Amino acid sequence: MGLTGLFLITFLIVHAGVNACIFVSEDTFNTAAHFMSHNWVLRIMEIGLFAGLLLHIIQGLLLWKQNRAARPVGYTLTDNNRNSKWYSRSMGLLGTLLLFFLVIHISKFFVSTKIALYGGGDADHNLYLEMKEEFAKWWIVVIYLCGVTSLFWHLLHGFGSAFQSLGINHKRYTPIIKTAGTVYTVIICILFALMPLAFFLNWID
Amino acid sequence: MALDSKIPAGELNEKWADYKGHVKLVNPANKRKIEVIVVGTGLAGASAAASLGEMGYKVKSFCFQDSPRRAHSIAAQGGINAAKNYQNDGDSVFRLFYDTIKGGDYRAREANVHRLAEVSTAIIDQCVAQGVPFAREYGGLLSNRSFGGTQVQRTFYAAGQTGQQLLLGAYSALERQVALGNVTVYSRHEMLDVVMIDGKARGIIARDLISGELERHFGHAVLLCTGGYGNVFYLSTLAMGSNVTAAWKAHKKGAFFGNPCFTQIHPTCIPVSGDYQSKLTLMSESLRNDGRIWVPKKKDDNRKAVDIPEEERDYYLERRYPAFGNLVPRDVASRAAKERCDEGYGVGTTKLAVYLDFADAIKRYGKIEVGKQGRTDVPEAEIIALGKEVVKEKYGNLFDMYEKITGENPYEMPMRIYPAVHYTMGGLWVDYELQTTIKGLYALGEANFSDHGANRLGASALMQGLADGYFVIPYTIGNYLADEIATKAIPTDHPAFVETEKAVSDRINTLMGIKGKQTVESFHKRLGKIMWDKCGMARNEQGLKEAIAEIQALKKEFWSDVKIPGSINEMNPELDKAGRVADFIELGELMCKDALNRRESCGGHFREESQTEDGEAKRDDENYSYVAAWEYKAESEWELNKEALNFEVAKPTQRSYK
Amino acid sequence: MEHYKMNLTLKVWRQKNSKTEGSFDNYSVKDISSEMSFLEMFDVLNEQLITEGKDPIAFDHDCREGICGACSMHINGEAHGPWSNNTTCQLHMRAFKDGDTIVVEPWRSTAFPVLKDLIVDRSAFDRIIQAGGYISVNTGNAVDANAIPIEKKKADDAFAAAACIGCGACVATCVNGSAMLFVSAKVSQLALLPQGDPERKTRVMNMVAQMDKEGFGNCTNTYACEAECPKGISVANIARLNREFLSASLTSEE
Repeated sequence: MGLTGLFLITFLIVHAGVNACIFVSEDTFNTAAHFMSHNWVLRIMEIGLFAGLLLHIIQGLLLWKQNRAARPVGYTLTDNNRNSKWYSRSMGLLGTLLLFFLVIHISKFFVSTKIALYGGGDADHNLYLEMKEEFAKWWIVVIYLCGVTSLFWHLLHGFGSAFQSLGINHKRYTPIIKTAGTVYTVIICILFALMPLAFFLNWID
Repeated sequence: MALDSKIPAGELNEKWADYKGHVKLVNPANKRKIEVIVVGTGLAGASAAASLGEMGYKVKSFCFQDSPRRAHSIAAQGGINAAKNYQNDGDSVFRLFYDTIKGGDYRAREANVHRLAEVSTAIIDQCVAQGVPFAREYGGLLSNRSFGGTQVQRTFYAAGQTGQQLLLGAYSALERQVALGNVTVYSRHEMLDVVMIDGKARGIIARDLISGELERHFGHAVLLCTGGYGNVFYLSTLAMGSNVTAAWKAHKKGAFFGNPCFTQIHPTCIPVSGDYQSKLTLMSESLRNDGRIWVPKKKDDNRKAVDIPEEERDYYLERRYPAFGNLVPRDVASRAAKERCDEGYGVGTTKLAVYLDFADAIKRYGKIEVGKQGRTDVPEAEIIALGKEVVKEKYGNLFDMYEKITGENPYEMPMRIYPAVHYTMGGLWVDYELQTTIKGLYALGEANFSDHGANRLGASALMQGLADGYFVIPYTIGNYLADEIATKAIPTDHPAFVETEKAVSDRINTLMGIKGKQTVESFHKRLGKIMWDKCGMARNEQGLKEAIAEIQALKKEFWSDVKIPGSINEMNPELDKAGRVADFIELGELMCKDALNRRESCGGHFREESQTEDGEAKRDDENYSYVAAWEYKAESEWELNKEALNFEVAKPTQRSYK
Repeated sequence: MEHYKMNLTLKVWRQKNSKTEGSFDNYSVKDISSEMSFLEMFDVLNEQLITEGKDPIAFDHDCREGICGACSMHINGEAHGPWSNNTTCQLHMRAFKDGDTIVVEPWRSTAFPVLKDLIVDRSAFDRIIQAGGYISVNTGNAVDANAIPIEKKKADDAFAAAACIGCGACVATCVNGSAMLFVSAKVSQLALLPQGDPERKTRVMNMVAQMDKEGFGNCTNTYACEAECPKGISVANIARLNREFLSASLTSEE
């Protein structure tokens, strides 16, 4: 869980970086997006990414199943907020929400890119315009903001947790990791949230 | 019956080496065929079961708790003594031996105590090898502290949880043998009788405390490592489940009971707060290093402790014992507290408490801190704040525990303390080999009487439990089992098993059939009150006679009016408790008889008839330098057998702390 | 400290044995002193029940001074109740006030089946220790205790881990029913000491395998175990267990 998580965390940096190109210009973004989808090294890595994601999901499902089996009869009363954070306990739920979001997200942009790539319409495919179109719809923006919110809580726990799972817990470094995790989570999520908002509110042209 | 203590001949310091050199051995092939039952999984039981398992015997280990790790050795706080002389302060096997004999007020057997001192060093080695995390110095070597009754630093410790760490070490060794198939653990099982065949102990009847079923278990030998019987007083620092049942059943089958009246009352415990109280909690002896003990000079003084001015306080230990002051031995400190409370000077709601005050220590430490900083003209409040920090560092965990239980902040107001039953020096009589008067039946650790005489020194109980289990029984049991190699495992349908099981079953049925009105707990409380009032810190002839009559009456009442809910074949803690209380009642009577017989004061046993003019204990070596070994004859009938104590090396002297 | 009396309603899990279904029963207790311990309050209730001819409530307890690890109640939604760094037996009634309703349940875990009322079977912990929670040294084999110096910090850390009382509050509290804190405490203690080194790989592999076999859940680092542990065992031990496990898995030749 920790390893695949960290892998996905690294991917998000790239993803957010490419996205941020929209704030530079349409061309920059399209160039970056084109590079991401056409470079053969990256396309092999993309397979790795999906494998990582899939593995993360499978691991998550296995955890969920085993953890449920570990307590078939629950408590009538639990006061868990006194001992842990709600989002730490809700990683499965947050992950599921994220998965739903990802299905929508991939069907919207990733699939269209691939169809364009393999269907011969690659030359006409302008991802920037496509995004502009999609993010003009308010409900798509809402879905995206919900997705980012889930991601925020998921990362807030996941970042630090991944290090703990890999055996890294140190009196001096753990507080640094914790702060880095919060900073990372905030920056990544702001970047992701800004994109649909920017299109919807016409902050960019 | 003549008692044969089997003490080897020769010089005191050569006896054990000589014994080991000549003791019979059992070869490895034969060990595999021999079964040993070990009852109890405290320090003595777990270490014995693990060691015997390692040697190749087939071991069955029993405990009434849900896991062997919960035996009450786990609660020991202070430490464990060993004559390592790591501090280069002149310690030696002889000094440890001598301190223990003297601390026991010359009522222990020299040969046993010397052996204990000899093996003490190997215990520390063994525990460290098992991964017991003893306290260490910055150089990486083991740390020591000092304890009462000694002038050297020989106590090894792991914060205030030494017993826990040692027990977990022994427990892990035990579980390793379980994994290797050499030991089988029967937890939530209570031994209810010894099975005797041809005059030898050949097994036990145990009750599965979950199903309530009785089980028969064969063993070529049976080891009782079942701890002390302090719960006869109802309130004690012992665990709720600690009981005398196994030892008592053995006693009724022929094992003599040695010095049953020797009880240790620890002076610094958190006092009783009400009738509902179920147990008492010890505050480590180390607190007396810095705390001053006092009561108000005026009777029934209801002012707050801090409002009572200095000149109206009676620091009675400092007044009575100027040489030792607050650091007199446990028995002396306990009796002095009782005397003040009996006279009406006690404090708190129950008036059965004295103050243990750290105000002076806080001030003193505060001034030292200020001195270290080279400052003058420091306001009083700041001195006190600095002093509190120092006290916190030294005793923080104990202060926290006190606050948790009482809800009072001991940094602001003095602690209230009172003596409580803590340890029983008496127990099953055993010879040098730890064998009781029943062949094949052994008693180890607190369950036997052998090493502490009439008073135990701090940090010696852990030492004895582990010495018996790791380093004594593995040798001495061979001397018996070597002659048993031809004995095949006896099938448990043997008539002796059937009869014993029936007797146990009948007793349970009788208990359940009484269907009276009073709860088990209420009988236990009443027994405890009789024992505490009349066979507690001070005893006299009249009181003891009254106690015997009262206990006999209580016994009758118990067997006609006890109320036990539930049924036999289920988990029934009340039924478990009823059996234990029934045995405690019988033991209580014997304790009073023993106390009545011993018309001298020694160690924890204080007979008011035998005291000096200024109220100190007076021993009578001429008439009572013996172990009282009681033989059960019939109900309320015992015969006294005496094992004379010969002191060839440590010559008895009268203790004085003035 | 002001002492006071209180009347309380108790909602307690009752279950005859491991084979039957259980349910909650309500009881009221009166004139409970704020100075009582929580278990003494249960003693009062049980005496009351016995006198009324009812079955008393079975619960595990022994030392009543917070060290044996026997007591195990889930009180008002928390393992060992509302006080931190505390066992059920050391919880005192001044934590409650007059008129309170207190819900008491047994530890809930597949690996800790209920035996009766509030008593559960924690022998799974013993079996985990059997799988490797020891140093293989027979009696009499030891070298002198000071032959191997141990860095004070490591000795102190080992002690802090070894302070675990095996009560199972970590499992009871964990949203996943994981036993990682318990297992890691023992693995850590022995991994920190030079004496534990020869077996460190097999120990961690075998103990983790046994833990999984017993049906405990997985750790997802919520750290609730640390918050509820009566002895304050640190989750840093879990990280050390993960480290030990990873390195043992990667370098194992089996």
